[in-house]
Amino acid sequence: MEPLLIEGTAKTPNVRFDGSQGLVEIKGRSIPENSIEFYKPLVDWLDRYAQNPKQTTKVNIQLEYFNTSSSKCILDVFKKLEVIHKANKEVVINWYYEEDDEDMLEAGEDYESIIRIPFKMIEIV
Amino acid sequence: MSFNIDDFFSHLNNSDVVLSFKGNITSEIINNILESIENKFVELNEDGKVRKKMYNVLVECLQNLYHHIEDIPHDLTGMNDNKFGMVVIIRNGTGYKITTGNFVSSGKIKPLKDKIDKINSLSQDELKDMYKFILNHQKLTAKGGGGLGLVDIARKTGNKFEYAFQNVSTDYYFFKLDIYVS
Repeated sequence: MEPLLIEGTAKTPNVRFDGSQGLVEIKGRSIPENSIEFYKPLVDWLDRYAQNPKQTTKVNIQLEYFNTSSSKCILDVFKKLEVIHKANKEVVINWYYEEDDEDMLEAGEDYESIIRIPFKMIEIV
Repeated sequence: MSFNIDDFFSHLNNSDVVLSFKGNITSEIINNILESIENKFVELNEDGKVRKKMYNVLVECLQNLYHHIEDIPHDLTGMNDNKFGMVVIIRNGTGYKITTGNFVSSGKIKPLKDKIDKINSLSQDELKDMYKFILNHQKLTAKGGGGLGLVDIARKTGNKFEYAFQNVSTDYYFFKLDIYVS
């Protein structure tokens, strides 16, 4: 399947979804006024990927900022990954947060408690 | 005394103002405000932690305005801005105070007041539970708002909201919200 590559902007993150490598990566800022518009292609891509995923899917989420509108869409992304996890494929989630950014760490913990895939919390020093 | 928007706005603008804006709250305006505040923080050599918190809270404040501003009759505001809102950021000791203002129809007062009073009454743990519940159970509106903005602000600031509704006409009030970031 075709990879999904989106360049980041001041309000939207850099996206690198690569099926051949089993890589799902979202990096940067996610603060659009209407996040559904931005996240729909991401969720659709994961829907297709989930039908025939790699043995291991590596997920890197490294957000500097995200707004509450994005938070629901990010949960939708995780819910698609949960489907893959439930199908007995490995899903490794790396949640990056900057040093001292307790809010971002806590946000990762919130997601982890909802979707029940263990997160690896990685502090960027 | 009748309500005058310009008097109200100038009253908020004292010497500790870091940034102030009144007018149409558009997506571009939000970009500009966010960019100015980032520049301002560099200029003030503001602590990274405070910077991040302020930026997050300000995004939610501005997008709350963007999503909830009502179309108000022009004769009421005397302006052509149909997405009229205001934001004033003041340095407040070691922290900041963000004041937002917008017109609301009288029917919206009770649900808004109930929501803020409810959030103000909750502990940090209760706010966390409320946030996670809304995140997991409520759909996004067509406009992209999620009903999470105020809960998120309360969690991140750890402070209580202060607010006031000032009567403007029979059907409309001016809603002022103070948010303390420390």
